[in-house]
Order: sequence, then C-alpha cells, then structure tokens
Amino acid sequence: MDLTINGTSHTVDLPDDMPLLWALRDGLNITSVKYGCGIAQCGACTVHIGGEAVRSCQVALADVWGEITTIEGLGTPEALHAVQEAWIEHQVAQCGYCQSGQILQAADLLARNPEPTDDDIDAVMSGNLCRCGTYPRIRAAVHAAASAMREV
Amino acid sequence: MGRARTIARRSFLIGSAAILGGVAFGAYFVSRPTPNPLLDGLAEGEAALTPFVRITPDGITLIVPRADVGQGIASTQAMLIAEELDIDPRTGTLDPGQPHQAYFNGIIAAESMPFPAWEHGAVANTVRDVMMNVARLTGSQFTGGSSSVADLHETLRRAGATARETLKAAASARTGVPRADLRTEDGHVLLPDGTRIAYIELAAEAAAIEPVTNVTLRPASDWTRLGKPYQRLDIVAKSTGTQEYGIDVVLPGMLHATVRANPGRGGAMASYSADAALAMQGVRSVVTVNEGLAVSADNTWFAFQAAQALVVEWVPPDYPASSTEMWQALSDARTDEFRNSRLRDDGDVEATLAAASVIDAEYRAPFLAHAALEPLSATVLVEADRVQIWTATQIPAVVRDAAVALTGLDPSQVTLHVLPAGGSFGRRLDHDYVVQAIQIAATMPGTPIKTTWSREEDMTHDYPRPLHMAVGRGAVGNGRVLAYDLDSISPSLISSWFGRIFIVPPGPDTMLVWGAFDQPYAIPNYRVTGYAAPPMMPVGSWRSPGACSNSFFHESFLSELIHAAGADPLEERLRLIADSDSRRVLEAVGEMSNWAGADIGPGRGRGIAFAHTHGVPVAEVIDVTMTDRGIRIDEVWIAADCGTVFDPVNAEAQLTGAAIFGLGHAMNCELTYEGHAVQQTNFDAFEGMRLHQTPQFHTRLLGRAERVRGLGEPATAPAAPALADAIFAATGERLREMPFSKSVDFA
Repeated sequence: MDLTINGTSHTVDLPDDMPLLWALRDGLNITSVKYGCGIAQCGACTVHIGGEAVRSCQVALADVWGEITTIEGLGTPEALHAVQEAWIEHQVAQCGYCQSGQILQAADLLARNPEPTDDDIDAVMSGNLCRCGTYPRIRAAVHAAASAMREV
Repeated sequence: MGRARTIARRSFLIGSAAILGGVAFGAYFVSRPTPNPLLDGLAEGEAALTPFVRITPDGITLIVPRADVGQGIASTQAMLIAEELDIDPRTGTLDPGQPHQAYFNGIIAAESMPFPAWEHGAVANTVRDVMMNVARLTGSQFTGGSSSVADLHETLRRAGATARETLKAAASARTGVPRADLRTEDGHVLLPDGTRIAYIELAAEAAAIEPVTNVTLRPASDWTRLGKPYQRLDIVAKSTGTQEYGIDVVLPGMLHATVRANPGRGGAMASYSADAALAMQGVRSVVTVNEGLAVSADNTWFAFQAAQALVVEWVPPDYPASSTEMWQALSDARTDEFRNSRLRDDGDVEATLAAASVIDAEYRAPFLAHAALEPLSATVLVEADRVQIWTATQIPAVVRDAAVALTGLDPSQVTLHVLPAGGSFGRRLDHDYVVQAIQIAATMPGTPIKTTWSREEDMTHDYPRPLHMAVGRGAVGNGRVLAYDLDSISPSLISSWFGRIFIVPPGPDTMLVWGAFDQPYAIPNYRVTGYAAPPMMPVGSWRSPGACSNSFFHESFLSELIHAAGADPLEERLRLIADSDSRRVLEAVGEMSNWAGADIGPGRGRGIAFAHTHGVPVAEVIDVTMTDRGIRIDEVWIAADCGTVFDPVNAEAQLTGAAIFGLGHAMNCELTYEGHAVQQTNFDAFEGMRLHQTPQFHTRLLGRAERVRGLGEPATAPAAPALADAIFAATGERLREMPFSKSVDFA
C-alpha cells in the first residue's frame, strides 16, 4: 500500500481494513496522530486527506483517497502555520494531547471560512474534545489566526 | 460536647503520627540532611550542586520531579530554579529524574490531616510539621493535590541560588576575585572587568568544592521571569505535534500489547481460551496479568482485535452489581456503625433543629471516570540485570518499587523514564497499567513491549470517583442560617486508594468530608458527619477528591437555607465567614460580576458558590439563560487567592480548565453499572464539556494570601453548585443530583 504523507511517499504492508490511525502510528511511527477513542468522538486522530480534515481512526487504509497531511505537514517549530502561531501566542495547550487534532481541524475551518463567527467555530470545533478545558483559548486562537491569515 | 470529641480524635492522630516518625527513623535520621541522588553516576567534570541542578561541560539539566500531566508544572518548576540560577530555562534540559527521597512531597502529607486549611493554631501546625518530616523520611514522592508549587516553590528557588553561588565560588577560586564582587547573567559568571565565564566551563571546579547553601532568596520585586507572563516551555512542542507522550514511545524491535480485564473490576478469571486470538494476524502471545489477560502483537490494532477474540469466563466480584443496588448500599450506611468522622461540631445542632421547622434535602453525585484523553500506556524492557519503564505516572517511587517486586531486581537496576501525560485528573496516581506492562514484558526478556489500553478498557477499568450522597438538615430564622447539619456518605476513597499504593493511614477518612467539614463558615450550630459505606469497586482520586462532590452538597444546601431565610446569597456568606482571604474572594467575585442578587431578568438566573479547597479560597458566579434549545451558560466569574502567583498565564488556564472540568461533568457525565460492568465505555456516552457549551470566563487571582498554594484543582469544586444555583434562579428548580442533564436540557 502506497501513501503520500506530507509530500513524501511511503509504502506499508498492512491489511486493507486497518484504520489509517494505526498505520500512521505503529506502521510509520508518525506519533503526532493521537489515539483517543477509536470511534470518531474525540478528534485527536484528525489528519487532512486531500485537504479535508478527517478522523483517521475511521478511514480504512484501502479507502485513503488522497494525500495525507499530518501536523508536521502543516508547519514545524521552525516554520509555523498561522494557526500554530496563534496557538502558541494564546498558549492554548495544557496537556496538549488533543491539540494536533484541534489545530488541523481549525486549519480546515479557516481554509473554508476565513472569517468564522463564534457559532461557526462552535459548529466545526465541537467534535474535537479537550479534557483539560482549553476551549476559551481555542476560540480566541481561531479568531486570531483568522485575522492573521486575512492580513497576509 | 462536640469540641472535646474533636480534640480527642485529633490527639490520637497526633500520637500516631509522632510514633511513626520517631520509631521508624529515630531522632538522628530525622535531623539528617536528605541525600543528593545526582551525586551517583556523575562523570569527571560534571557537577550536581543540588538534587535539582546538574551541570556538565555539555549543558545544564534542571531536575523537575513533579509530573506534568498538563498542568504545566514542568515549566513552572524550571522557571523557579532559573529565576535564581540566572539562566534562560529554554537553554536547559528538563529531566523528571529518578524517584528519590530528595523529591518528597511534604505539603500533601501535612494538608491531609484533619484540620481545615485555614486553621493555623499551634496544634494544627505542629501536626503538619510532623507529617512533613514523615513524608521526607519515607521519601513520599508524588504529584497531586495541587501541591507542587506549594511544596517546592522555595526548595527550587533555593536550589537555583545554591547552584549560582557555588558557581560563583568556583569562579572566585579560579580568578581570585571575591565572590561578593561577581555577578551572574544568562548562564554566565560576570567578572568586574566584564569577562564572562560560562557556567558549563565551571562544572568541574564547582563539583570539587562544597556547595554554598547559605543563600538568601531574591525578593519578588527583583524577579525577572516569575510572576510575569511567560511562554510555557512545552508550548511550541505541543502546538507542532513534536511533544512525545508516554503512549508515543518507539523502540527498536518493539511489540505492542493490550489488556482485557474482568469488566467487573476486582472479580477473578475462571477460565479462558486464547485459541482464536492466537490464530489472528500478527499476534505473538497471550499471557495472564493482574485482573485478566494480555495480548502482544506486531501493532496495537492487531492486539486490540485479538483481545476481543479472547473467550473468557469471568467471576463476578462480591460488591453490589448495579447502580441501583449501590445507591441503596450508600443510603443504608447512614448509621452509627458506618460513622467515620465528625470533624465539625459547633453549637448544638440537635437542640436547634428540635426547636425549629427543619428544612431537609438529599443530594447525589455519581461515579465519574477520569478519561484522560491519552489512554493508559506503559512501555517496558526487561533484561537480565535491568528493567526500563517509559510511562506517564504521578507516583514514580511506587512504580519503581512495583518493578522491584515483580522482577526481583534491585532498585538501582530500575530506570524510569517519566514522560508527559496526555491528561490524568488523578488517574495516574495509580499504577495498575504499569504493573501489567511489566508483567507482559517479563515474559519476553530483551523485547521492549508497549502496552496500550483501549479507550473502552480505560473507561471500564478506571478507578472512578466514588459515588457520594449527602443528607442536609437545617433551620433558619430572622433572615439568617441558624443550624446546618450535613451527613456525607461514600465508600472510603482513602482506604481504597491508599490501600493499593501505600498503607491505609489511621484515623478518619478526611477526604470523605473534604469540601464540607473544612469550610470557613461560622454557622452557630454547624455539624458535618462522614459515613464510610462498605467498599464497592475500587475507587480513585478524581480532580479535587471529596470536595468535587461535597462542595456541591455543602454549598447547594447552604444556598437552600439562605433562600429559605430570604437572605442574599453573597451577603449571607460574607456574614458567616470571618476568614479574611475567603471574604476577599467573595467580595472580589461580587465586584467582578456586579452582583445585585440572583435575579438578572426573565428567563435568566445567577448563581454563586464558594469553596475552600487545597488551601485556596475560590468564589464563582455563573449566569445562565433559558433558550429554546435548553439552558445555556453565558458567563462565569472566578475569584481565587493562592498567594503569590509565579506563572500567571498558566494559573488562568488552571482556573478556567478546572471550572470547565467541574461544569462539564456536573452537566453531562456519570458512570452507571449493570452486572458490575460500566455502561459508558467511550466518549459517545461520556464527553464532559465541548466547545459549544463553553461560556465566557472572567478570572482574578488576588495574590494576597500569605501561603503559596496550587491551582490545578481548587476551581473545580464550586463550579457545580454555582451552576445548580444559577439554574434554580432561572427555573425555580433546585437540582440535587448530578449530572444535571438527568433533569434539564443544556443548549
């Protein structure tokens, strides 16, 4: 099975029905993609496929329909994405375990809706669970990232 | 009288604490300095000037022994050391270190004694001092109880100052310039002529001299980092996916395992068949471990699938099988036989109630899961003469001791790699998952094995917050609260949890009544009685243990009485409280929210609650609005006083996060049981708060209290009663059972 992840081709020898989440984590050691629930209830495993935020725990390996982007493909400590810059500026993370998924979800939101209202943010981001309760800062950071991206 | 009884009980405890300190260790041991663990294993040219600072020619390592489970304490510990050491903490390496006596937690032992945190009489303080020494001598090292900053803020600054002054002494010896004429800045010693000598160049010389321990700590007015907004040291890693958690460990040749345990926790296994599981792709072995079976495989997914294919006959445990029966067992325990404590008994409650019209109410708080987003996990490599463990834990010494017991190796042969946790909320104060991981790895020496619990296993085999109920009886007159009597009933958390990880301490279970007996109200007739119900399934410490339920009971019933008296909820609380720190937070929250009573207009309501937990007074005001989709929380105001604030950005995050934790579970969550099994096994049935329910927060830390305290938990307890109070103001319905979603809809 061939996968393109963050612009690089990978080959994995794993069953067709294995969730992409586990192929990434255990097959390719891309551990920024987190296991939280396995049933699309927490959003910790969010990745982009073909530019769309999806729950990798629900995508069978054989069904991957495009290029995969994990948070490393969004931005790195040396070259941050605007959403990551806002997340750092607002010091969103506490334990941080959900934040890769939150950031990837927020990046997808802002790509589709450059000026989201609080209701828009609630509607899209409520699928991403944060057990530490960083939500007020998530809201602030999404607005900040939206402003920053509009100015570019 | 009640007062005499209270004192007698305390005398017993003081006696037992003193005996433990004296007999076990003797006066010499008590006065002996705590050794420095870093001195073992130093190479030539390396210096460990205190147990918290290691300097080598390659760099500076700060030992941050309290576990970071998301509360940001790794960063805060480093900042405390760095402020005195004069380094940029981002240039140092943070290392949780190995478990050691030097990293004992004294505050937590002292504060678990049966005295309210705001009481500082001679007896209370003497007992606390004794318990601090017991903790030091037993090397009780753990992270919890919002204790890290309270316990370590001075120790860490002193460590930084000791290292700094010792480096200056080494520079003085090298250059002949008196130490008093040297300055330090950004990891360098500065000579009067402007010459800069890097600390790392002085490591060998500093190691050769006696550390300078006679140091004076800098006043807050001189701080350059502490108390000012700064960036958490892990914030970039946690925003870029580069933070490694316990569950992320990857080792060469590693196998992946998971566990399937009896869904009725504590029950045995009668028989099993692993044939189908062993025939599945990628499965390597099935072995028995504590509480059940473990499957190891080539990846976690294979292990999860195979665990479901195990055929097991479980033996049911011997406690009540259903939630209905468990509640009945609690109700039945409100008798003298199960009476465990009466740590508050002022005035004459019985006589006052006998002469009055009695108001009574019953309250309930359900079992709750910790459900940290990172499922429990540990990676273990067992070799002939060594065992290595990679995991996130709050009790490293207990984990090390378990490894010794399971492998027969010496403590010096156990290496613990403590990694950041993707949440905990008290769950990693147990080590059941690490024990299983060690058992699995011990069957394959030389092969590293990562054991990961599925979310379903994590929920099914939590040590949940115990279910808890209370009965309040009270009386009012002349617009005032006259009598207040609260019976608090729960299985003993202390017996269950301490029984697993340490020993059950003598005396009453103070945690059973935390958040009730220890509140600073001067109600003239005031009594709090704890009843320890018979044990059910094993239970654990959940963010703000005891108080997370008791504060809901205590404050809700107080609100009911205040309402019956026709008094103002804020004014009557202020009238009943003398403690100045507590009064100030109530006054502050009133000012912040422009308090003018609970009525804020049609279809809306305002609630208030106060709690004094973990040494921190917190007051919260909540506004709600009735909408066509249900009740919406609009705004929350929080005022608290933890004394000096070292890390203000993170402190605000802890206040709001703790309140969200309290609110989300009070609104939406419970664990229920049928046939001994948890019925909520994933986030579809147990989700806490999500973004769309999150209100706007306003917080204020007063910084006036004399004692420094921590903020991981204190804002949790008053959140539920403040919300219930707001819902009452909006709807006229007093919610006495959590979760509130059983009674009302939320938008």
